[in-house]
Amino acid sequence: MSSSSSVHDVIIIGSGPAGYTAAVYAARAQLRPLVFEGTQFGGALMTTTEVENYPGFREGITGPELMDEMREQALRFGADLRMEDVDAVSLEGPVKSVTVGDETYQARAVILAMGAQARHLGVPGEDALIGMGVSTCATCDGFFFRDQDIAVVGGGDSAMEEATFLTRFARSVTLIHRREEFRASKIMLERARENEKIRFLTNTQVTSIEGDPKVTGVRLRNAVTGEESELAVTGVFVAIGHDPRSELVRGQVDLDSEGYVLTKGRTTSTSVDGVFAAGDLVDHTYRQAITAAGTGCSASIDAERWLAENASATTDDNTDLIGAQR
Amino acid sequence: MTEKTSATVAVTDDSFSDDVLSSSTPVLVDFWATWCGPCKMVAPVLEEIANDKAGSLKVAKIDVDANPATARDFQVVSIPTMILFKDGAPVKRIVGAKGKAALLRELADVV
Repeated sequence: MSSSSSVHDVIIIGSGPAGYTAAVYAARAQLRPLVFEGTQFGGALMTTTEVENYPGFREGITGPELMDEMREQALRFGADLRMEDVDAVSLEGPVKSVTVGDETYQARAVILAMGAQARHLGVPGEDALIGMGVSTCATCDGFFFRDQDIAVVGGGDSAMEEATFLTRFARSVTLIHRREEFRASKIMLERARENEKIRFLTNTQVTSIEGDPKVTGVRLRNAVTGEESELAVTGVFVAIGHDPRSELVRGQVDLDSEGYVLTKGRTTSTSVDGVFAAGDLVDHTYRQAITAAGTGCSASIDAERWLAENASATTDDNTDLIGAQR
Repeated sequence: MTEKTSATVAVTDDSFSDDVLSSSTPVLVDFWATWCGPCKMVAPVLEEIANDKAGSLKVAKIDVDANPATARDFQVVSIPTMILFKDGAPVKRIVGAKGKAALLRELADVV
């Protein structure tokens, strides 16, 4: 186990809109942020089609393009970006450490922006058929389902967006939702409802995914009547929401009952001094690219102020007088 | 990401037989497309693996948009999918973007 000699001002973990925005702000504030983007860099937007509601892009922009822009912007101001996954963190005390493989990095402040991961249905057949008709990325895999009958599972904006997108390729899209009412926004729901290729199947649960080696259908159960049925499809796109990726910090910072990182009041401060959190890791209310970017900005400013206020208190023999350069 | 010289080989439907099936060294084939975000995530990892394993493993990339026949032949309906070919036959299939350590673990028993 080796340790890099210097103590960084700030380490950012994560690379969605929150992580990259924090990186842009921290880099511009001369904090020379070290950013662990992870191997899934870009976050949830990397599997998103068109982002139509990110201000400043009046014609819309694709998720991967938006992330690429943010990434390049962070690089432009000198953020040190690493496409590596963090294995462990130790957040207590004035000097925090972040372990990546055999390397341990140190920083006085840490910004957590690990985002959320797509939820699975957890039904028989799902795991075995991933890549054989079960997909969590409509933009990636829609192409393979030209003129075929497929299903989208979910009732939120992502489900509506995916269903609408997939009609470009598929012959028919059946949207399966376990409830009667939808979480999706009006505009997304209306757009899907107006699409004649999309059929809605509400109050319906998927009980299993069938097929060997490829998907041939799903088994369904009506949530009201209990009636069981089958639907022949060659593709199943799962869009039933996300869970916060907080495993890395569980037991070190306070989480709520669903695993979201708790922050204090209107700040991005967590229960640990010098540790800040932003984006979908914190937010179970809005979960938008723009709100993630907004809190990423707040986290960077909070960290910058915290570092300034605590500059003398935390300087010890381990630091390489980073503070003196500002 | 800004690396211009590539350690991976671009293959096509036409060259697949020569470059992959007839290869004497094992070949990891990455099925990808420009519109696929997670494919962009795994690309730099594959470059690194191609460099690290030069000589014992060839890493090839095939654009499924321009080369749909090969994807169809191997029933690829999700990208990125990486298939490891040994002596002309697929021996391992990996679906989805993964980090370097995880990919090398998957390949460990073959290369």
